[in-house]
Amino acid sequence: MSTQTPDTDETDPQAERMARKEERAAERDEASSKPDVGDDAITLKVFRYDPEVADKQEPRFDTFHVPREPGITVLDALIYARDTYDSSLTFRHSCRQAVCGSDALFINGSQRLGCQTQVADLNDSDTVRVEPLPHREVVKDLVVDMDHFYDQMDAVEPYFSPTEEPDGEQLQSRENREKIKMSTRCIWCGACMSSCNVAAGDNQYLGPAAINKAYRFYFDEREDDERQEERLQIIEQEHGVWRCQTQFSCTTVCPKDIPLTEHIQELKREAVKSNLKFW
Amino acid sequence: MYEHDVIVVGGGGAGLRAAIGAHEAGADVAIVTKLHPVRSHTGAAEGGINAALREGDDWELHAYDTVKGGDYITDAPAAETLAQDAPDNVVQLENWGMPFSREEDGRMSQRPFGGLSFPRTTYAGAETGHHLLHTLYEQVVKRGITVYDEWYVTRVAVSDEDDPNDRECYGCVAWDIQTGEIAGFRGREGTILATGGDGQVFDHTTNAVANTADGIAMAYRAGVPIEDMEFVQFHPTTLPSTGVLISEGTRGEGGILYNSEGERLMFEYGYATNDGELASRDVVSRGELTEINEGRGVDDEYVHLDMRHLGEERIMDRLENILHLAEDFEGVDGLENPMPVKPGHHYEMGGVETNEHGQTCIDGLYAVGEVACVSVHGSNRLGGNALPELLVFGARAGKHAAGEDLGEPEIPVGKTADAEGIEESDVDFPVEPGALAASSAAVSGDSPEEIVETAREAETERIERLLEKEEGVNHAEVRSKIQKSMTANVNVFREESAIEDALETIREAREEYQDVYVADTSRTFNTDLQHTIETRNVIDAAETIAMGALAREEFRGAHWRKEHQERRDDEWLKHTMISWNDGTPELWYRPALLEGENQTYEPKERHY
Repeated sequence: MSTQTPDTDETDPQAERMARKEERAAERDEASSKPDVGDDAITLKVFRYDPEVADKQEPRFDTFHVPREPGITVLDALIYARDTYDSSLTFRHSCRQAVCGSDALFINGSQRLGCQTQVADLNDSDTVRVEPLPHREVVKDLVVDMDHFYDQMDAVEPYFSPTEEPDGEQLQSRENREKIKMSTRCIWCGACMSSCNVAAGDNQYLGPAAINKAYRFYFDEREDDERQEERLQIIEQEHGVWRCQTQFSCTTVCPKDIPLTEHIQELKREAVKSNLKFW
Repeated sequence: MYEHDVIVVGGGGAGLRAAIGAHEAGADVAIVTKLHPVRSHTGAAEGGINAALREGDDWELHAYDTVKGGDYITDAPAAETLAQDAPDNVVQLENWGMPFSREEDGRMSQRPFGGLSFPRTTYAGAETGHHLLHTLYEQVVKRGITVYDEWYVTRVAVSDEDDPNDRECYGCVAWDIQTGEIAGFRGREGTILATGGDGQVFDHTTNAVANTADGIAMAYRAGVPIEDMEFVQFHPTTLPSTGVLISEGTRGEGGILYNSEGERLMFEYGYATNDGELASRDVVSRGELTEINEGRGVDDEYVHLDMRHLGEERIMDRLENILHLAEDFEGVDGLENPMPVKPGHHYEMGGVETNEHGQTCIDGLYAVGEVACVSVHGSNRLGGNALPELLVFGARAGKHAAGEDLGEPEIPVGKTADAEGIEESDVDFPVEPGALAASSAAVSGDSPEEIVETAREAETERIERLLEKEEGVNHAEVRSKIQKSMTANVNVFREESAIEDALETIREAREEYQDVYVADTSRTFNTDLQHTIETRNVIDAAETIAMGALAREEFRGAHWRKEHQERRDDEWLKHTMISWNDGTPELWYRPALLEGENQTYEPKERHY
């Protein structure tokens, strides 16, 4: 991470330039802070932080007023605020339709996808408070570091890998496909991990998303028994399924309605059954 | 400088498949992508993958449907390669664990799709792209392929010989969004562009905000001809308020389109009296918009897509995702009510000119997936043909870049002296297209490393300039101007004066872009800077679409012209090519290839 900050060196032209730009931006904000947003505008309060920008090094909330269009989502409101008031407002987003999993945010106190959350559906639709996902390191504004999440996913060997390479199309029963269907819907948004108290206290805990990924392969009948045994060993490790305290927070926040807690419980039962077998 | 044998730019379906292909051929391959791979827009594909897998179907039927769907300027060798390679690629995905929908006997399910003579669209619910993307990414993880995620590639590193056909590509330059580092990436054997489409040219699109024509613009400015850009697909069923896609699978399973009078419009008004809702996408989109324009639209804006009669069980089994999308993004319960839909931008048939190995005219530079134009879709892509395209040509390009011999290509690339049938265009544009001053992305240097380094320096300078500028125009204004003009003027129905308006607006946008600045001063995750760079790409792509659209004086596939209501095979069985030519674009044509392996695809009147 760059350590260049505007106030470390008064004569640094870069620093001066940044300071001037910020000043100008502030003037502009002042001037443009009141476009016609209507009488019942949404008050959008957004968490701001940037390790490089002097007045954003201390986290703060900025307030933007956004017109209340029918059907407006939290993502729409953020885009409006960025394109209208402050182009440095930073958040991840891409597909706008709840499949890329980029915009999991902490909205009015719970983990949700910005694109999938209509302002009108919130408990408080007048003031919308948007923060980065809790329990993640903040990179800037609403952007969090996802590396740890990806590492946990990788830890469960998240790929189909039967002991023997298949020869031609494999058959799979409709029942088996149905069994794993919900688990394959995960979009890696990280909402579940962020909501999980256990994950917050145990950095090594695989967490609901990764365990769900393991579930997806464990129950896929196209993989063989030998592979299943290996998969059980991974999820049964010290920081695996047994850490789950069935608080259901992951299941509650999952934007794809995956019964995560149930999946974890089912794998616990599989682990017990398997251990009994070897007694 | 980072070095690998093969650099793949983009981590969607095409990029991941190319990387796996290169890896399997023994190369050290790395993916450099502005999004983490699972965020890519392949994940939003819903309907399925066309492949002639079953008894009663064969690749020749698939190839024929593809050429006909493209209104006879699909190149036969491209369509045939697609059709021949698709079945193995689908089985390969199955072998990698993709959770396809299944029949009672356990085999992969296939369903009918628009313009197909056999129900060959292999699917996984109505979220096929999501499963395909994740399955491919899983295999990338399994192989330990290096991924530089949230690294934005802004330029390809290409040598600057006068004739683009003599140039070579040695890698690219990328900018680490998270830290601001700008680095050269040396691709020793090849650099494969897999950056996806250009949806951000339009303002009502099914595409992601990340689809900003990056690869098209980078290859174009480095000297690669851009092909058939005027052929833009408008999907008939997008949600009116957001542009979110409602899969063609909904009609494939039996969904019906109604106008405001409750009439089954496709039959009632003769748009497609045989196939009705399952006509090709261009036909259905025009049908719907005609209804709306003639006053039979619901709320004067959209038509209804009704799937209620399919019953909850079938819908939950095959189209569940559609219920969620309609509910979440339009507030409609598809089990209780018909869904509002209207045409929206969906796909760019054109793109970077390549042959069937994914090669461009610049040695070492490849393009695959939506960014490329092989041309496998001609003037209209069939639903279910984008996913096999990215698999088939992704795999081929990856292998070829890694040194595998795929034989002599049949499709020519580049404007070479010996190329057959090349014609120059004499069309007059209302304003001079292209750069405001001479410009080229090609650079000189004595060694590949020096060329990558020089390109890196040039990009560093460009980025510094944007960051240092203290005031000016916000890129969002410029981008929005392009999107509004293109949507108003170069949409489903096109006429000369409107396309000219668009070209004038694009020119203005270019001038305004001279004055853009980045308000965000930070080096950390500066999306303001990223979007500003993207907007330049959007401008270049929009211009090629409008140029091609103005020049093509006929009605073919997705390209409808008010003044030219006929398909004119005597003159227009040819591809539109635009070369950047150091900032002074040059428009020329290359004949379409209709000679297949066992047959000639004689243009016929297209009925559905």
